[in-house]
Amino acid sequence: MLKALASQFRTLWTILQHSFTKAETVQYPERQPYLAPRYRGRIVLTKDPDGEERCVACNLCAVACPVDCIALQQGVKEDGRWYPEFFRINFSRCILCGMCEEACPTYAIQLTPDFEMCEYDRKNMVYEKEHLQIEGTGKYHDYNFYRVSGLAITGKDKGQAQSEAEPVDVKGLLP
Amino acid sequence: MATIYIDGRAYEAEAGENLLQACLNLGLDLPYFCWHPAMGSIGACRQCAVVQFKNAEDQRGRIVMGCMTPVTEGAIFSLAGDKAQQFRQNIVESLMLNHPHDCPVCAEGGECHLQDMTVMVGHRDRHYRGRKNTHRNQYLGPLINHEMNRCITCYRCTRYYNDYAGGTDLAALASRDHVYFGRHQEGVLQSQFAGNLVEVCPTGVFTDKVLVHDYTRKWDLQSAPSVCVGCAVGCNTMPGERYGKLKRVHNRFNAEVNGYFLCDRGRFGAGFVNSKQNLFLPGLRQPEGTYDTLDHHQALHHMQQACTTGKVAGIGSPRASVEANFLLRSLVGAENFSPGFSAHEQPLVMEVLQLQQHTAAVIPDIATIESADAVLILGEDVTNTAPRIALALRQSVRNKALAMAAELGLQPWQDAAIRNLAQDQRNPLYITSVADTPLDDVAEVAISLAPNEIARLGNAVARNIADEVNQLPDEPLRSQVDAIVTMLMSAQRPLIISGTGCGTSTITTAAAQLANVLCAKGKRAMLCLVVPEANSLGQAMLCDADAPDLDQLQHRATSGEFDTLVVLENDLYRRGTNVQIDALLAAFNQILVLDGMDNPTTSLATLALPAANFAESEGTIVSLEGRAQRYYPLFQPTAERRPSWVWLLACLKELTHKDVEALHHFDDITRACANAIPALSGITAAAPDHHFRNLGQKIPRQTHRNSGRTAIRANISVHEPKQAVDEESPLAYSMEGLNRAPPGALLPFVWAPGWNSNQSLHRFQGEVGGPLKGGTAGVRILLSGNPSPGVSNYPEKEEPAFLDMPQGLWLLVPRQQIFGSEELSALSPGLCELVEDAYIEICPADAKSLGVSTGDGIMVGNSLATLEVRINDAVAQSCAGFSVGLRGAENLEALHSVSLQRADNWRRRTPKPSSEEVIGSDRTLNSEALTRGTFRQRSARKQSTLPEGPHV
Ligand code: SF4
Ligand code: SF4
Ligand code: SF4
Ligand code: SF4
Ligand code: FES
Repeated sequence: MLKALASQFRTLWTILQHSFTKAETVQYPERQPYLAPRYRGRIVLTKDPDGEERCVACNLCAVACPVDCIALQQGVKEDGRWYPEFFRINFSRCILCGMCEEACPTYAIQLTPDFEMCEYDRKNMVYEKEHLQIEGTGKYHDYNFYRVSGLAITGKDKGQAQSEAEPVDVKGLLP
Repeated sequence: MATIYIDGRAYEAEAGENLLQACLNLGLDLPYFCWHPAMGSIGACRQCAVVQFKNAEDQRGRIVMGCMTPVTEGAIFSLAGDKAQQFRQNIVESLMLNHPHDCPVCAEGGECHLQDMTVMVGHRDRHYRGRKNTHRNQYLGPLINHEMNRCITCYRCTRYYNDYAGGTDLAALASRDHVYFGRHQEGVLQSQFAGNLVEVCPTGVFTDKVLVHDYTRKWDLQSAPSVCVGCAVGCNTMPGERYGKLKRVHNRFNAEVNGYFLCDRGRFGAGFVNSKQNLFLPGLRQPEGTYDTLDHHQALHHMQQACTTGKVAGIGSPRASVEANFLLRSLVGAENFSPGFSAHEQPLVMEVLQLQQHTAAVIPDIATIESADAVLILGEDVTNTAPRIALALRQSVRNKALAMAAELGLQPWQDAAIRNLAQDQRNPLYITSVADTPLDDVAEVAISLAPNEIARLGNAVARNIADEVNQLPDEPLRSQVDAIVTMLMSAQRPLIISGTGCGTSTITTAAAQLANVLCAKGKRAMLCLVVPEANSLGQAMLCDADAPDLDQLQHRATSGEFDTLVVLENDLYRRGTNVQIDALLAAFNQILVLDGMDNPTTSLATLALPAANFAESEGTIVSLEGRAQRYYPLFQPTAERRPSWVWLLACLKELTHKDVEALHHFDDITRACANAIPALSGITAAAPDHHFRNLGQKIPRQTHRNSGRTAIRANISVHEPKQAVDEESPLAYSMEGLNRAPPGALLPFVWAPGWNSNQSLHRFQGEVGGPLKGGTAGVRILLSGNPSPGVSNYPEKEEPAFLDMPQGLWLLVPRQQIFGSEELSALSPGLCELVEDAYIEICPADAKSLGVSTGDGIMVGNSLATLEVRINDAVAQSCAGFSVGLRGAENLEALHSVSLQRADNWRRRTPKPSSEEVIGSDRTLNSEALTRGTFRQRSARKQSTLPEGPHV
């Protein structure tokens, strides 16, 4: 009985203490909170350090997406790069879980700390590639998939990627 | 059966089969690369390592290759032991030392056997820090993409391409870790079966080039069980769709038909489904020749009106389903229904059906063709008319090797040993044809004769065998006759192949009689008669022997009998010369055309109705062996496109036709057709009807990983519609349902846990390499071996005479093309680049007398056509081979006598390299070759500009 009573008072006391601590809530939107760069908000498509589209339309983000809100179609550019002919995210379905970013092998798709994307009309939540593509590299500044990959593109022939040897001379017979 | 012990557990396995196969049969996961169920083992990749123990006391054991180790009674193995596992991990790691960081941009990704095996062995981290070897890719033609960096040197490609498919232009080049799999020089892969490399190669070295440029991962494809409509063999396919476009065709295993392999016409020839020429709305022709579009209600109204004004005739199509043809036949009445063959071809196909119905011989499926121990081909160029049969024949000539191996106690899977043992020893294959054929390299003898001479030879052989005396002492073909008689009489399972390809029934009759005679001599003879199109045989079964042909229809129409003509999925301009078809169509007041695509016939229609193609509709077709098979839509047709059967059924209902009162579903039509046509009574068994459920569930067309469901249509509306319901089949347009061991006819895709590639197929087979657990797709409705007493087995007709052409005349003999002779496949992207221009082939002596050389122009007849001439010493003298179905040869008819004359103002066209499908990586490498124009001798059809001669 006494024990129970003590517990009640302790609770009251703890709550009372909170009256004198600093409030965590802020006067949004007058005051913007700090959000870490890794915060999971609106999704963007980034470019590589050379200013080329990073996305190679591999479809991994789309398949990783638990609500299936990413659809795209691959195409091949003149220079040999794979790229998305269209890239669509239906943000009215997106749960901002970040699985797509996790799955992306090229750092193309990234979540940003921007969460302010309310719309009166749901169809405005459907973003196409032109709405998603940004000019910068996002959080990851240095990675360029094509410098690692073996696919030859204009300006990077076979053997010119990281840790690649010059193409083999098939006709050479030396051991 | 033998008992073996794997990781301490006892299992039953077939003694003599290899351990890898046994493990897969038992459902155990053992990784492998180089072994292939159809090609056996060579132990090249070392991936299937297991530990074998001498006896129960042996603790150390030794590492052996599963695929090279026969199962023996009491053998003890360890799959899961550390030693074996570590070894397999090391193997994957070393196979991938030079593997590029490519998966995201690799068309194999997501269905890559290498990915699967890497995950299966648990390899994760690379330890190698050195530089990776790289290779330059080659241009291998418009169909196959080459990315050599991804090779793991399993040698499957060359084993398939050279040993299995008989190709000569793909090889392992260079040595040690520089090994390169490619051609000695860039260029189009020459084999007609090169496309199988896409499925045989366990990595992304060889991929489907058309797919690479409009790529969709396997998990995103919506697929359905389908049947190839490229020829009459009826290979089973698994086409895949995304965003309303057909993306690719993969093989669907059928133990009795295509097994693991397709031909390139089948694999790459379905792209016409995405054609820009597709019709989407019904069109009503206006007096000034333009078309007003209609919706389906208006169209149906016009259709009904057209069918009630005056008398209606119908032309069906050997490339449309049995059901659609049946409905059209019901609409116009059997006596007014023409099957839609050309007037020349109709009696040939009808006769082939007759011969097959009454033969005493076995009508073989493809698997049975592979068991033949002596083959005689009479006239037919199967590589170009029924390609998959040619691949089977290449296996049949190996039976000698297998027999030699069996004598030595070798197992059939010990591939390298058997090939070493037999070297070039083969079963006899005897080819007679109008000129060389691509099978000649494995033939014991290949001779060129005029069509009638081939028939004469066949008859002489039959007579000699039947009477056991030499019938024709002064027969000029005597030595050939003797050779063939000896060959056939010393065989147990002789196979006679012929067909309509030569354009004369004398040959098919001779073949059938020969087969019958062989049966009478106690042989288990087989008879395979090739017909031209996917449903030619079904169409022959549907129609009576006296069904009107196109000429008869024209006569009756000209005499005022008909007002309206309904044409079903048939471009009539491929069924006769332009003059003939113009006259036929001019004889009708109204022409209704149901077709999926704009073509010369559709553009003359008074009412054109957009019909769904094979990828958007269901249907039953009957293959050349009399196998009725069902194909299913892989996606729903858009706009006002409807399957032909839907248009026709709706029209019949509007007309309150009594026969269709009870017909609601597609299955009802199949059933009605089976009831009405005795020859087709078996077709209902071709596939389960729409009530079928797989353990209570529908079978999904989409994989469980299918992505983008809530985004695909979001640009149109954010409100996602309900998944489309398929009321006509047990398949669902969704990822829900159960794709586990479905009936063979209902297998939409293969996938099993841990097996994302097409190698997962073994999980659907009762035994690895054997028939599907759910049963083999299709039903044979032509039964083998039923001699009819009324039919003579003995050639009594007058001998076909030797060719004796008057001076200045040549006999036109058909030369079939795998790419181009078939109408629709030739319109497919990639493949259309390989379609050549029409040509005339003559022998050097004739060329000399005409004063022409290869590449010159030659005028055929009284300006029937002016074509490029090719000199080919394999063409029989006084014969002129003409390329069937190619642009420029429309007015040439088989077996007509024509004059030939050098065309003086002929200009040889220079092949122009087009660059749109050369991807970047190719281009940097090939830029030199491109400018020099050393490759791609074949030119695209689109670019052809004929200086003179008729055009379509
Ligand atoms: S965003 Fe990344 S994961 Fe998605 S398709 Fe592009 S590269 Fe692939
Ligand atoms: S072959 Fe397989 S493992 Fe190699 S890059 Fe392609 S998908 Fe990846
Ligand atoms: S190209 Fe493919 S099939 Fe050929 S050896 Fe390399 S990995 Fe094997
Ligand atoms: S052989 Fe005939 S049915 Fe088979 S894939 Fe080739 S064209 Fe199609
Ligand atoms: S599969 Fe056994 S060694 Fe390659």
